[in-house]
Amino acid sequence: MLDNANDGSNSKSMSIIATKGALDWAYPPFILGTTAAAMDMEVTMFFTFYGLELLKKDMDLKISTLGNPTMKFPMMGMHIGMPNIMGMVPGVDAGASMMMKNLMNNKGVATIADLRDAALESDVRMIACQMTLDLFEIKGTDLIDGVEIGGAATAIEVAAKSDINYFM
Amino acid sequence: MANQTLDTKGLNCPLPIIKAKKALKGMNPDEVLAIESTDPGSVADFAAFCRQTGNELVSSDQAGDIYNFEIKKS
Repeated sequence: MLDNANDGSNSKSMSIIATKGALDWAYPPFILGTTAAAMDMEVTMFFTFYGLELLKKDMDLKISTLGNPTMKFPMMGMHIGMPNIMGMVPGVDAGASMMMKNLMNNKGVATIADLRDAALESDVRMIACQMTLDLFEIKGTDLIDGVEIGGAATAIEVAAKSDINYFM
Repeated sequence: MANQTLDTKGLNCPLPIIKAKKALKGMNPDEVLAIESTDPGSVADFAAFCRQTGNELVSSDQAGDIYNFEIKKS
């Protein structure tokens, strides 16, 4: 890893720990990771717990309407909320996930798969957490190519050398 | 005049930046990339992108709903 903190250039490094596997929470780490890489930063993303879902070859990301009182969909000039109790109704989360995907598509928002491809293309280093792979019995072959496997010490080593560290 | 043009109309953050970076990668120093965008956030973002990467933001204009940028590769 290049130590470019004091070389006088604008070049910096960023590390991101991605812990969440919901469709909406998949965006912040990939948006910031790909944009930082586009701005010439050296980027490392460490995926742990539900964040591992974001490294799977077959991603099936959904949003949850539960515990999110500010989730409101723009509809016919209004904003429609999703009361918690709706989340218990079978099919509601699947329907809300489809609505979210349609909304994002209509607004020109990239898919997570597109952003992940952009990250790989710009040499963002991706590390999957060994412990949570074991915990959830996820096989290395379930993950996309180009992913490294590492643990907490690997994440800390990267963080210690990075100018910017995010936990998401 | 621009050496290359990039249409990002309809795309939202961070796609205009990522596509601009990709285009700049294939260009030579001092060549100019012209970008069209409909994302109002791209005004602040292309300025920040250029400050961070050292590429020069030659112009940043708005014509109706379209934002036009010219970036000279460093």
